[in-house]
This record gives sequence, C-alpha cells and structure tokens, in this order.
Amino acid sequence: MNALAKAEGWMTGSPLPTRRDEAFRYSDLARALRTAPPPSPPASAPGWPGPFEGLADRELVFVNGYESGPDLLLLGDEAVAVRFISDTIDTAHLSRLKVVVAADCMATLLESYEGRGEGYFANTILEIELGKGARLERLVVLDEPDTAVSVSTAEVKLAPGARYAQTVLASGAKLQRHETHLHNPGAGTTARLDGAYLVDGARHADVTTVVTHEGIGGETSQLTKGVAGGSARGVFQGRIVVSEGADKTDARMRHDALLLSDRAEIDAKPELEIYADDVACAHGNTVGALDEEALFYIRSRGVPLDDARIMLTEAFVGEAIERIEHEGAREAARGWAFRRLEALRP
Amino acid sequence: MLSIKNLHARVGDAEILKGLSLDVPAGEVHAIMGPNGAGKSTLSYVLTGRDGYEVTEGSATLDGEDLLALDPSERAAKGLFLSFQYPLEIPGVPALTFIRTALNSQRKARGEGEVPAPEFLKRARATAASLKMDFDMLRRGLNVGFSGGEKKRMEIFQMAMLSPRFLILDETDSGLDIDALRIVSEGVNAMRAPDRAMLVITHYQRLLDYVKPDKVHVLAGGRIVASGGPELAHELEKSGYDKYALEAA
Repeated sequence: MNALAKAEGWMTGSPLPTRRDEAFRYSDLARALRTAPPPSPPASAPGWPGPFEGLADRELVFVNGYESGPDLLLLGDEAVAVRFISDTIDTAHLSRLKVVVAADCMATLLESYEGRGEGYFANTILEIELGKGARLERLVVLDEPDTAVSVSTAEVKLAPGARYAQTVLASGAKLQRHETHLHNPGAGTTARLDGAYLVDGARHADVTTVVTHEGIGGETSQLTKGVAGGSARGVFQGRIVVSEGADKTDARMRHDALLLSDRAEIDAKPELEIYADDVACAHGNTVGALDEEALFYIRSRGVPLDDARIMLTEAFVGEAIERIEHEGAREAARGWAFRRLEALRP
Repeated sequence: MLSIKNLHARVGDAEILKGLSLDVPAGEVHAIMGPNGAGKSTLSYVLTGRDGYEVTEGSATLDGEDLLALDPSERAAKGLFLSFQYPLEIPGVPALTFIRTALNSQRKARGEGEVPAPEFLKRARATAASLKMDFDMLRRGLNVGFSGGEKKRMEIFQMAMLSPRFLILDETDSGLDIDALRIVSEGVNAMRAPDRAMLVITHYQRLLDYVKPDKVHVLAGGRIVASGGPELAHELEKSGYDKYALEAA
C-alpha cells in the first residue's frame, strides 16, 4: 500500500503509525494523537488573507477539509493558490486534491496550511502530475499552532522532460510532517526539493522526501535548512533511490541544521540507495551552532547579540529561499522566515 | 581619550596581559609594536569585548567611561572600532546591508534616528570610490570570496562609513601589496581628526611609513616595555625585538 492510501486509512480506523514504523521513527503520530478526534465541522471561509495574497491568478480554499471548488485542479500557464485552512478545535479532517499540469505549461502552486484552531488533526493528501515538458514550482508554507497535528503527504509523478521544483517552509506544530514521494522518469527530467523548518518552543517539524529515479538521465537536487530553538525538534528524512537501469542519474541532497539551544534536537536521516551504474550521487548533512567568531565580528560593529544571531540565522535559511524562482513567492518566503525567526528570539 | 591602567587579562589559564598601561589622547595616533605572542591581538580583543578574554585586574576607559563593563555592541556605539587582522566572511549578508544594519544599530543605541537609505547609498558610493572599490562588491555576501587585500579594504570602508571615535587597526598591513597599502593608508589618514584617536598594532614598521604615529610603544611579555617617538619604530626595524623579549622575560 502506498503512502497516500495509508494516510487515507487513518481517517477510517487504520492504526496510526508509531515510532516502531521505520518511516515514522522520529515522528510518532500515534503518541501525538492518542485518541482519534471526531470529524471536523464545516466552518466559514477565512476572513484573513493568505500568505500569498495578490500573487495568484486564482484561489482554491479548503476549510476543515471542505472545499470550495473541484478536487481536480488542471493547471495551464498560471499561478494558483491553494489554502488548507484548519479552523476547529480537537477534531480531525482530511483534504484531498489532485493537481495536473498540462504538457508544456508552466505553473506555480502556492500552497498554504493556515491553522487557526487548537488541537486539531489535519490530514492532507495530494497527487501531483506533470505532463511532458511541463514545469511546476510549488511553494508550501505550513503555519500552524503548537497544539495541532498535521500531516501532508504528496505523490509527485513527472512525465519525461518535466521540471519540478518545490520549497517547503515549516513552522512545526505539536507534530507537523510534510512528506513528498517523487518519481523521476529520467530523460532530462529535473526535480528540486528544498525546504526550511524553523521551530521554537516545543514544536516538532518533519520534512520527509522519497525520490525514486526510474529512468536514464534524471536529475534531482535537494537543499533543506533547519533551525531549532527551545526544546523543539526538527526531523529531516531524505531518501533517494536510483533504480536498476536508471543510469546517468545526477542526484544531490544537502541538509544543514542549526541548534539554537542545547535542549533542541535535530534528527537527520539521509539515505542513498543506488542500483544503477555511472551515477553522480552525493549527500551532505551538518548540524551545528552559530559561528561564535562571526557573531563577535557582527557585534563588534554595533549590532546587539540577539540581532546578530537573527542576521546569521536569516542568512543561513536564505540559502534555500534564494532558490525559489518565482519572485513574489520568494519575497513572501523571506517575510515568512523573518517572522518565524523573530519568534525564535531567546 | 583611551586610558588603560594596569590591565591584566587571561585566555583560559594563560595570563597574556600583565599590567599594561597606556594613554592615547584625542587627536593622536599611537603605534603598538612587538614580537609575536606579546599580546597585541589580545589587547585588541580585550578592548572590544570578545568572549573568552577575561580581565582579572585593571581598567580601560574611553573618555572616562568604563569600556570593560559594556557589551561589544555597546562599545561600538560609544565609538570604538576594531579593524580585524582576519576579517570574517558572512555568507548571505550583503556588505551594504551589513553596514547599514550596524550603523542604524549604533545610532539607535545612541538615541539617534536611522540614516535614510538614499543618504546612506550616496555616502557608500563616495566612500567606495575613494578606496577604489568596485561598488558591486558591496552587494555580494560580506567578504565572501574576497582576497586578503580586499578584505582589509572592506574593513577601512566599514570604518569610514561608521565614523568611529577610537580606531584600533590590528595588523592592517598584512596581506596588502604596495598599491593597496597606499590606498588603505590614505583611507586611514583621512580619518585623522582632532576629536579622534587611533591605536595601530603592527609587527613591522612598513605601515608606519604611511600612517605616521605620534608615539610608538613596545609591547612585550604582556606589558608596555618602552615608549618613544616615531624613531623607535625605525630602531626596532634595525635591531629587532630580542632586547625587549629578554627584558620582559
């Protein structure tokens, strides 16, 4: 059973994964939820603007899993905002959406998770398909309260010659997991899977990706930046599988994280599984603290310690954000990161 | 202006400064010369407040104000500036953004308003031109990929933009070729003013041909062991530091 079907089953009584399930080793969903919450009631459309206000040609809104439009989104040359709103207390909902980008079209998907309630369980399932030569840039902003449990699982299928790029920005929650399963058919198909998680307090953010190269000559590039303060926990699981016959695959994965407090925790699990020949694959992973020498240099110029920390942290996270191609979305992402970092002030 | 009295400081278990006293009045340039390991860089870090440099005795004041009680950023706001021997690279922070943030932080600490962006840019362009710096360099990450000489020039650029009252130049001539040395020295000399003073820390006499000191001090074994006029620098160039190293030991 694939990840989407499993996630769907949670709403109809299938047991929730625990840390004994390898894929959920660092994010024990059963422990975070304990009892299955009752279904969420409908709620009115949000009275606030989303994080991508003014950037989209059209908007699709899900409130507590109830959608305002079709559950199949066909994209041409356009930018579409999809807002997953959770405005409820102690209830659970499933949102499901299929996104198809027509061949040779170039689209932008601006996806936001806007949590306004408390203690909810939001389960979101997406299928994303790109036609031949299609291009999609997907920007995901997860902004949810620290009492919420939220899991978003996407399966991304690319036709040969497609170009896919995604950047996930995660606030963390009581437990927040963003999972992407991507299939790269090779033949010049490229995928970029980036992310940044900025967690404070007792928040938990999990960015998980599984990329499978299934044909000759595909390319994948990944850069995830993490920052954890307080007693927060950041999880990065990145797996790249190069299947037999997927020769000449070029796959690179990086994850760098900063610990801002000695009670914070980062769990990183980068994995490469290679069953093909003549491939260029690499992964790198670092976890560290801010550079003390650089901090002193900045302070010696008149910048107070807390501001110097933010300056360095913002620059650290900025490396992932700079890779966002859509200019408006990049600015929105920068603004989001800056606000999150303010929350990380000691 | 700067007054240091009987300063003792340690790094870990090692006492590096052992009773250093020094007065630099406003309007003067003083040079500190000395052998490697004498405590020259320690002095600059103690004055600017770097972590790990512990003062155990003595005082350091700027215009009567106790520097040692202040945070590094507060010392900068009071007008203290250190030109680093090894300037740091700060990836992802453009030089202009960095300096503007620093300038406005200092102004905020002094209760002054922010410098308007157009005025800041105008000053930055003029200053870059006088130091023969490519303005585009200022839009890139601070010091990232810069040569040693370019980094030193960037230090002088920051100094000119922040217009501090008391300047410490730590081995500013190292890594500079002769042309760069001249440009950097002109930048430093342009900062000389009756209400400003400088401490030039150097191992070699070379820089002092360009930035002429009013006084020269020899630092050895954590103390000032000799003081004199500019001729002392020439004498050291000829006879070396051996005599003082022995004296200090």
